[in-house]
Amino acid sequence: MIMKQLLAFIRKEFYHVFRDRRTLLILFGLPVVQIVLFGFALSNEVKNIGIAVLDQSHDVTSEEIIRRIQTSTYFVVKDPLVSHAEIENRFKTGELKCVLLFPVNFAQELRRSRKAQVQIITDASDPNSATIAVNYIQAILTNYQQQLNPTAQIPYQIVPQLQQLYNEEQNGSLNFIPGVIALIFMIVCTALTSVSVVREKELGTMEILLVSPFRPLMVLVSKAIPYLVLSIVNFIIILLLSVYLLNVEVKGSLVLLFAESILFIITCLSLGLLISNQTNSQKTAMLVSMMGMMLPTILFTGFMFPIENMPVPFQIISHVVPSRYYYIIIKAVMLKGLGFSYVWKETLILAGMALFLLTVAFKKFKVTLS
Amino acid sequence: MFILQKEFRQIFRDKTILAMMFAVPTIQLIILPLAADFQVKNINVVFVDQDHSTYSQKLISKVGSSGYFRIVDNALSYQEALKLIEKSEADIVLEIPRGFERNLVREGKQHVNIVVDAINGTKSSIGGGYLTVVISDFNRSLDVNTKIPTMLVPTSNIEVTYSDWFNPRKEYKYYMVPGILVLLLTLIGGFITALNIVTEKEIGTIEQINVTPMKKWQFILGKLIPFWVVGMIVFTIGLVVMYVVYGIFPKGNIAVLYLFAAVYMIALLGFGLLISTFSNNQLQAMFVAYFFMMIFMLMSGFFTSIDSMPDWARRMANLTPVTHFIKVVRLIVLKGSGLTQVSTELLYLAIFAVILNTAAIVNYRKTN
Repeated sequence: MIMKQLLAFIRKEFYHVFRDRRTLLILFGLPVVQIVLFGFALSNEVKNIGIAVLDQSHDVTSEEIIRRIQTSTYFVVKDPLVSHAEIENRFKTGELKCVLLFPVNFAQELRRSRKAQVQIITDASDPNSATIAVNYIQAILTNYQQQLNPTAQIPYQIVPQLQQLYNEEQNGSLNFIPGVIALIFMIVCTALTSVSVVREKELGTMEILLVSPFRPLMVLVSKAIPYLVLSIVNFIIILLLSVYLLNVEVKGSLVLLFAESILFIITCLSLGLLISNQTNSQKTAMLVSMMGMMLPTILFTGFMFPIENMPVPFQIISHVVPSRYYYIIIKAVMLKGLGFSYVWKETLILAGMALFLLTVAFKKFKVTLS
Repeated sequence: MFILQKEFRQIFRDKTILAMMFAVPTIQLIILPLAADFQVKNINVVFVDQDHSTYSQKLISKVGSSGYFRIVDNALSYQEALKLIEKSEADIVLEIPRGFERNLVREGKQHVNIVVDAINGTKSSIGGGYLTVVISDFNRSLDVNTKIPTMLVPTSNIEVTYSDWFNPRKEYKYYMVPGILVLLLTLIGGFITALNIVTEKEIGTIEQINVTPMKKWQFILGKLIPFWVVGMIVFTIGLVVMYVVYGIFPKGNIAVLYLFAAVYMIALLGFGLLISTFSNNQLQAMFVAYFFMMIFMLMSGFFTSIDSMPDWARRMANLTPVTHFIKVVRLIVLKGSGLTQVSTELLYLAIFAVILNTAAIVNYRKTN
């Protein structure tokens, strides 16, 4: 009897979800767009750095160095500068990230005293690009010097051999995918669930549900199930996209991956239910679950910004963000191919969070309207 | 005029929304820049020293004192070190093989193995790079201590000096804070306006407005102005927070900054209202807004540099107002650019403002 009632309710919730085609489209479009953007458009690599040269020497050497910078994919050489005075103005239009200065008689100096100077001016308002630009230029210069001095040899040499684990092809999307998955679950489950309960409150249909003989607990369960299903479908889409579109290999066990994902989805759903019980209008629920959650999720999950770099209080805060643990788990299972024994601790924490949130959500669920 | 009064009242009536609009961005602006630090430091390195010689010890202490690395552990074997990587407790393994010192002295050449966890591309490449630099530094220090360089051929040396402008200490906050301010402003403006008209649709009050003799553009304008005022207040609060908490005072002209903010807000609100006129219910409006906000944010150059994007992506990024506003705010706040240097961006934003608002007015129908 209860099962039958429950099924009827779940069916009703599904109708609610499927009726709104546009939301549904976005629900499935979102992961696709994100995967494409992260896979093809966004990378932490710094390329096409705008550079301009102030060459006061105009000799063979300086021109050879400029030519080398031009051929490098890291730089885009803009119109040359003619005077010092121009530099600041060019920086202020935002067109340049760095300027390379050759002093007068550069090649002559290099030949005569075996030593010459170049100067690099960077736009350090973007510190990362500035550092990387200097490194690139230095590498180009070192390379050039080695060709100038082929006979030079360093007597003792420790040669580092570099080996890249888990990601031999330097596939940049690898780092993002677990983050994208976590973000989407967080949004889909938390936001949608939080709205679904509040809407009934707002429309007044909640009262009807509450006076029915149906148990309040079941109301919540039936609210959550459609979103659970949707999230799993979404998860499958993301997995397929990352495997076939971005060539990311799933190294670990699929069963474990799904089990952990369902655990995380349940955590997000509970959070959504909790929000919806605490708020009174759809608007507030959505603002809390989307605006309040979006940036912290992006920040404290660790896929955009390394958590170790944050000040200690934030490192502590990041411990209460569920997506952080999910991110660790997915990375370990999907990308490193590790088994359950490596992630049991994170799993336990997630399970604890889910349980806690669920209990609080049920406790706060008011059977009577005020 | 009356509709203005009504909108203002509606905004100030709901205390939760009011708190969301003012408190949340302030708090986030204070907190987020501290967390958003792209700089790679504290790279966790684990050593596998199978040589236990003076040189290997020297190399290890050199790496430890370089400032970039944190020595997690001295593992006994490579397998043990790999375990640490698997647990994400270490990022890099430096393995010094047996006979390291002997081979180095005898043959003048010896390999060491560096194994990095390459899932996080930036960290692995920068970490590996730092380690290579430290080792080549170490090579040079060995020469001085132990034997006179054999080569007598003088080498040509190009010395590089560099100076960092606009942010000499290369502090990340200068780059992040203005960007975060823009993002928060965008989130608030976009979401709240997107929800606005649709709420009236859902509650049914829109019909009452529709039967009044008010013109479409008057209605849209009435919706726009209160949120514009709210947006400018948030922007001002943001600037104050930026100065009080982070000590960043705009180098450029504040009037220019406000001019841009004003135009940008109009564009953004137009976008929100456009979504609102399209949508049937709040949830839909929210999701459509979220969808576009997400794309705007990711493409805006806030997280990753636009220059490194492929061509099509760069063109797409230029089609979003957020990109231009972030760029301008950074230019004005950090470099003190004047109006003439950023006039093209102003043109872009103005075009966005006109197009989006016209679209919102056209798309708003009085009859269902």
